Amino acid sequence: MLELSGAGAFSMADNLLYFTELLSMPVLDLKGRRIGRAKDAALVPREHAARIDRFLVGGGDTWLTVRFDQIRSITLDRGIQLSDEQLLPYHDDEYMLRIGRDLLDQQIIDVTGRKVVRVTDVTMGIHHDGQRDILTVLEVDIGVRSIFRRLFQGVLPWRWVRRIEHRIPPNSIRWEFANVVEPDPLRRLRLNISYEKLEDMHPADLADIVEDLAPAEREAIFDSIDSEAAADALTEVEDPKMQASILESLEPEKAADIVEEMAPDEAADILSEMQEESSGEILDEMDSEPKIDVQELLEFEEDTAGGLMNTEYVVLHDNATVTDAMAALKGNEELLESLNTLFLIDEEERLTAAIPLARLFLARGDGRLKELASETLIQVTVDETQDRVTEFFDKYNLLTLPVVDDEGKLAGVITADDIISILRQK
Amino acid sequence: MRKTLERFRYHILVFLAVLGPGFITAMVDNDSGGIYTYSAAGAKYGYLPLWTLLPITVVLIITQEMCSRMGAVTGKGLSDLIREEFGLRITFLLMALLVLANFTNVMAEFAGVASSLEIFGISRYISVPLAAIGVWLLVVKGNYTSVEKVFLFASVIYVTYIISGILVKPDWKSAAINSVRPILMLDSGYIYMLIGMVGTTIAPWMQFYLQSAVVEKGITAKDYAASRLEVTVGCIMTNVIAFFIIVACAGAIWSVAPRDINDASEAALGLKPFGQYAVLLFSAGLLNASIFAASILPLSTAYSVCEGLGFEAGVNRRMSEAPVFYFLYTSLIVVGAGVVLIPGFPLVRMILLSQVANGVLLPFILIFMVILINKRELMGDWVNPRWFNLASWATVVIMIGLTLALVGITIRGGAS
Repeated sequence: MLELSGAGAFSMADNLLYFTELLSMPVLDLKGRRIGRAKDAALVPREHAARIDRFLVGGGDTWLTVRFDQIRSITLDRGIQLSDEQLLPYHDDEYMLRIGRDLLDQQIIDVTGRKVVRVTDVTMGIHHDGQRDILTVLEVDIGVRSIFRRLFQGVLPWRWVRRIEHRIPPNSIRWEFANVVEPDPLRRLRLNISYEKLEDMHPADLADIVEDLAPAEREAIFDSIDSEAAADALTEVEDPKMQASILESLEPEKAADIVEEMAPDEAADILSEMQEESSGEILDEMDSEPKIDVQELLEFEEDTAGGLMNTEYVVLHDNATVTDAMAALKGNEELLESLNTLFLIDEEERLTAAIPLARLFLARGDGRLKELASETLIQVTVDETQDRVTEFFDKYNLLTLPVVDDEGKLAGVITADDIISILRQK
Repeated sequence: MRKTLERFRYHILVFLAVLGPGFITAMVDNDSGGIYTYSAAGAKYGYLPLWTLLPITVVLIITQEMCSRMGAVTGKGLSDLIREEFGLRITFLLMALLVLANFTNVMAEFAGVASSLEIFGISRYISVPLAAIGVWLLVVKGNYTSVEKVFLFASVIYVTYIISGILVKPDWKSAAINSVRPILMLDSGYIYMLIGMVGTTIAPWMQFYLQSAVVEKGITAKDYAASRLEVTVGCIMTNVIAFFIIVACAGAIWSVAPRDINDASEAALGLKPFGQYAVLLFSAGLLNASIFAASILPLSTAYSVCEGLGFEAGVNRRMSEAPVFYFLYTSLIVVGAGVVLIPGFPLVRMILLSQVANGVLLPFILIFMVILINKRELMGDWVNPRWFNLASWATVVIMIGLTLALVGITIRGGAS
């Protein structure tokens, strides 16, 4: 089972080698003399995403660099045999992702498992391409099996370690689904690290991941994913203080892009948590239209209806028809996902009726919207307290509650998800 | 009546407003181990141990400050940092030691529960299992954060020691002289007590707990100044209480006849000026302190270990998601409480022993902390000032020296 020769050149990973086993493997020159031991191995992500490109060998005082094409064979019994002895001394190369230094014991993101994990070991495959043995990173190991291996490698013979660890269930993440976290933007560029994979995640999962990371790493992720994904994830981050400190850590321009993508009420909540100076800087960078929405909301006290509401709603004139409503919805497609009520206003912009969206399906195209309205119009004023608003939602089983100003003009809406957040925080 | 009630409410609000990780840590610092260690020191050696409090306070402030600074600057827990900078083997070794030392601490907390209620004739076979189940449920299923405030407020009971310390009319002159005049004796009992006093005040687990709490609270380098103040005030408070516990016990017990403390009724003599209420006050304080610490300690231990070794952790995770975490948390409570139920288990002696275990482990944790906090790539401009390093290394050397001395004396004592 533990066949460890270089034969079988056709399958991708005929043999496995763990990074802990590679460490301190002897490196032999053409005549079979030992020139040192393996101290680390590195990927050069710009060249290849998974191939071990460089081996760092420590002999006397200095470390030498061995390129992957200078190697003839890698076996657990005999170590690393070179095919070329022209080795360069190692000097720090910023294009290298060093497994031992940069990956081992550090935190990475498990994209499929949607969580932050700590790397205990790295599983590599050895395959022979006709001329040489090539190592490819296959999996990142976490969990008890790899902990056992790390603790006992070098203490017990490797065969024993492999035999015993076989009884422990494995826990690994495929390399393609492991996302390295690197706070330094320059290094991120050089190492070809991107967070594109994170953009496809559900925002709530991404938020959970971000909450598990340190501030610098959080900032790195928000800085490099696109503004829309960032806005969605930021909305899902639970702690308002953390939301504020993430925005504060970003460049005002980037922060403004993110805030523009957020629902105005969420944006206003976060900005109100920040120091005025920083929130001012962000507002300055914003486009005028979302900026006005957010600024209006910032005027209200946090725990009143005005502070809870958002300004994303669809409103029509009093005597509009069902066809008009359809047209209006087509123009507001970005709202559709969460929209469940339409509002009607009169000439003076005063709220007159609320139409449950579902009723549109049963109505004729030329029918008047007014006739579809809910029997009683339930609304609150902007200065209503948070507790009363919650009570209203409970009492009338609402999904959406319109908020009006002193003159009865529609100022915004409160939606059930806002209420759920409030109740969760209590 | 209404007015006083309102004013009372106001004071509670102000009190709760200043609460932060530093303050909570300071209060938990005086757990059952703390109360018994200080009481025993005062009862047996009188005012003599008082001189240790000044240096202990300084070192406590320094270590706590380092932890909260590391938490604020890196946003990572102490075991995270140890793992990232020193690798798995060292982390594993340290975590094993931490689990061992913290296990004795958990045991001490349940021994505190047992001894506080045994005065009233409540058998430990009832009180300890109930407390263990209660703590487990409170943390895993209940709402610990709201109960935490109750614990904290109940800690006000320590004020009784300050009052008692004054009412017993201690020999203030002697107390004052001994507060600044160091006395070292190569006597195993005395050295044992010294290690215990340092260990109970600067417990290793507190460093892990405090740093995680700072990270959890989202304190960053920018708003760190307030945190530093809070930590400092908390540390001073801890030791003011310690001072009065020792003085009260010296005045009430040692001045009559120096003796060892073997159970709660003897330790309660430190509150003698309260007459018939002394026992009640003592056990109420001890019970609160024990359960408070028992709620934090196993949890903090399980967190530190899981973070360091890379297992999922947290009470908001399900048991199937974080099996190692729950296993560790539950076994610390079950075994810690279980040991106390062994017939003939000497409660107070074991409580004192647990604090000595803390003191022996402390220098090792401190070494790693000092190395970490001096790494510029981690801390940037927030690395340690030189005198912090000097004080920390001095503590390391002294604690290792004391431990070696204790081992040496014990071996020689055993041989003769």
